[in-house]
Amino acid sequence: MTGVERIQAVFARARAEQRAVFMPYQAMGYPDRAATLEIIRTLGDTGAELFEIGIPHSDPLADGPTIQTATYTALTQGTTVADCLAMTRELRAAGMTQPFCAMTYYNPLFAYGVQRFVADAVASGIDGLIVPDLPPEESEELEAACRAAGLATIYLLAPTSTEARIRFVAGHCTGFIYLVSVTGITGARTELPPDLAAFIARVRKHTDLPLAVGFGIGDGAQAAAVAQIAEGVIVGSALVKAATGEGGLARVAALGAELAAGVKRAR
Amino acid sequence: MAVSPAPQPKLNYAAWPDEAGHFGPYGGKFVPETLMPALDELEEVYLKAKSDKEFQAELSFLLRTFVGRPTPITYARRLTEHFGGPRIYIKREDLAHTGAHKINNALGQALLMKRKMAKTRIVAETGAGQHGVATATAAAMLGIECVVYMGTVDMARQEPNVYRMRLLGTEVRGVESGSKTLKDAINDAIRDWVTNVRTTHYLLGSALGPHPYPAMVRDFQSVIGREAIRQMLDPVDGPGRLPDAIVACVGGGSNAIGIFHPFLEYESVRLIGVEAGGRGIEGGEHAARFADPKLGRLGVLQGTKSYVMQDADGQIALTHSISAGLDYASVGPEHAWLRDQGRTEYTYATDEAALEGVKLLSRMEGIIPALESAHAIAHLVELAPQMGKDEVILVNLSGRGDKDLGTIMKELGNL
Ligand SMILES: Cc1ncc(COP(=O)(O)O)c(C=O)c1O
Repeated sequence: MTGVERIQAVFARARAEQRAVFMPYQAMGYPDRAATLEIIRTLGDTGAELFEIGIPHSDPLADGPTIQTATYTALTQGTTVADCLAMTRELRAAGMTQPFCAMTYYNPLFAYGVQRFVADAVASGIDGLIVPDLPPEESEELEAACRAAGLATIYLLAPTSTEARIRFVAGHCTGFIYLVSVTGITGARTELPPDLAAFIARVRKHTDLPLAVGFGIGDGAQAAAVAQIAEGVIVGSALVKAATGEGGLARVAALGAELAAGVKRAR
Repeated sequence: MAVSPAPQPKLNYAAWPDEAGHFGPYGGKFVPETLMPALDELEEVYLKAKSDKEFQAELSFLLRTFVGRPTPITYARRLTEHFGGPRIYIKREDLAHTGAHKINNALGQALLMKRKMAKTRIVAETGAGQHGVATATAAAMLGIECVVYMGTVDMARQEPNVYRMRLLGTEVRGVESGSKTLKDAINDAIRDWVTNVRTTHYLLGSALGPHPYPAMVRDFQSVIGREAIRQMLDPVDGPGRLPDAIVACVGGGSNAIGIFHPFLEYESVRLIGVEAGGRGIEGGEHAARFADPKLGRLGVLQGTKSYVMQDADGQIALTHSISAGLDYASVGPEHAWLRDQGRTEYTYATDEAALEGVKLLSRMEGIIPALESAHAIAHLVELAPQMGKDEVILVNLSGRGDKDLGTIMKELGNL
């Protein structure tokens, strides 16, 4: 099976069971390497069905303070791109089967070499790529390499996207589409944006792909609300915050269970 | 030298960038999706304004009556005698209102927003504080709400400019992330823009960032080069001919591209950009993106593809320069492309050389240059001896040194 097919299978199963998919983000190397692996395994055991593998970058301009601090810490601890791929390889070797989508900014990937990155990513159990500062306009080389290797190319759509852009961007996505819930950067928020349902409906007019919503979702109730109107629920900052400090793993496990329950309760 | 009509250039430089904002392999739009519609709108508005007579008339009115343009060229008689070679002329952007070329672009973009866009708020980044002050000034004059992001390291080394911005009614927000300098200020300005894009224009201060910024900033700064052509050809105030070489410092590259661009078609004019050599190239503590192949490689930073100082893993390197305005890890994409075409050349001056440049120009000509501009002056020490007495150099003096007195006093000590 290719990465695209593995991702499709997850959404197909969820659709058959009439529920959405819980998709946590993990800043690789944070709080440290060992904890990263434990967090992913723990979340996998508590109902996460797809992971965003956050490869740190020095200049994460779409991220709020929580993920900025986490990825900066990971970098200062020496986390490299190669290291992140080594971690996903270890998780696969240990038997994890959930799809992994690498999420990073373009420069680390470009510096690694587009062709080489795609080849190594596939060999390390990565199934798709999310590059928030790389719109389809600039992605020709990466997209061609991903198509050849069966990796999913997941682009983002935002509430500011016009109808024409929704059609254009959706046409370049495979696996699912990442909907940015708010006009803004990552970070947990106390309320979901009021126009989220309308935004999702706008995108749905132009595509049959599963829609996963991220940015700002922080607790089980919000996850449940999103799961009612979208196929995937992405949670990043809230989990990163939970992982920070003494007792982090237990907090992540508790929040992960709450989020997974929220997502599954929805329909 | 024959001056007009212009000889056939090898390339129609004015036709670039292409429609997608690329200068060959450089440039483009590498931003989060949230911003893509705003960039499309900005491009449309800016292209229309370029040929909008009313807009252009209002901009040139303000440049004349508010900024004080045209800025003169000054014949540097004593400096010329000091080197004993080519005649040296100085384009005096230090005499523009707020003390640097930055106002040309700040006013242009602020006016564009005010007249042509349904936005009410401006965010900007600043390194040296000159772009922040210029933006705060334009915002005050046009009555626009303004927020400027500035790294806390830069706030400390450019304290008077922080106060100036606040006096002008702008909110200055200190940036504590990363190296706490220009790059980090740009990150936070972009994050603000992503969050408030429906009401806010990002007034980027150099020929950097996603398309259409590099082209738009260049066009607003090209007033420098257009004036300079006219002034150089004037036999009374100028030498009555075009220069053989033009020298400008290069941070993001806006003052340099502003003076270079109108001269591109005159292929006999050498165009020389001077980057920040910091503490020297070997140790890696500099911002000379073109001079250090170990660190300066093709990459993407803050919306554009260009030369970027980075480590092997694609993480952006920390740069160093005594001048906050040149202390940046990337360089405008058009510079990278012109360099590939062999049309422009780049060299660097160290911190130490720049400080010597400050002393030299102050004592020889009675002009205290900004530390950024002093890098261009410093290069004269190398360039002038290679040129003949019958030749002419034009230096772009991008700004005045008042803002740097604190740093200069600390470095040069008792005189
Ligand atoms: C006086 C002066 N010159 C030059 C620069 C460098 O910018 P650029 O390369 O865009 O002209 C700055 C930037 O702050 C500046 O203040």
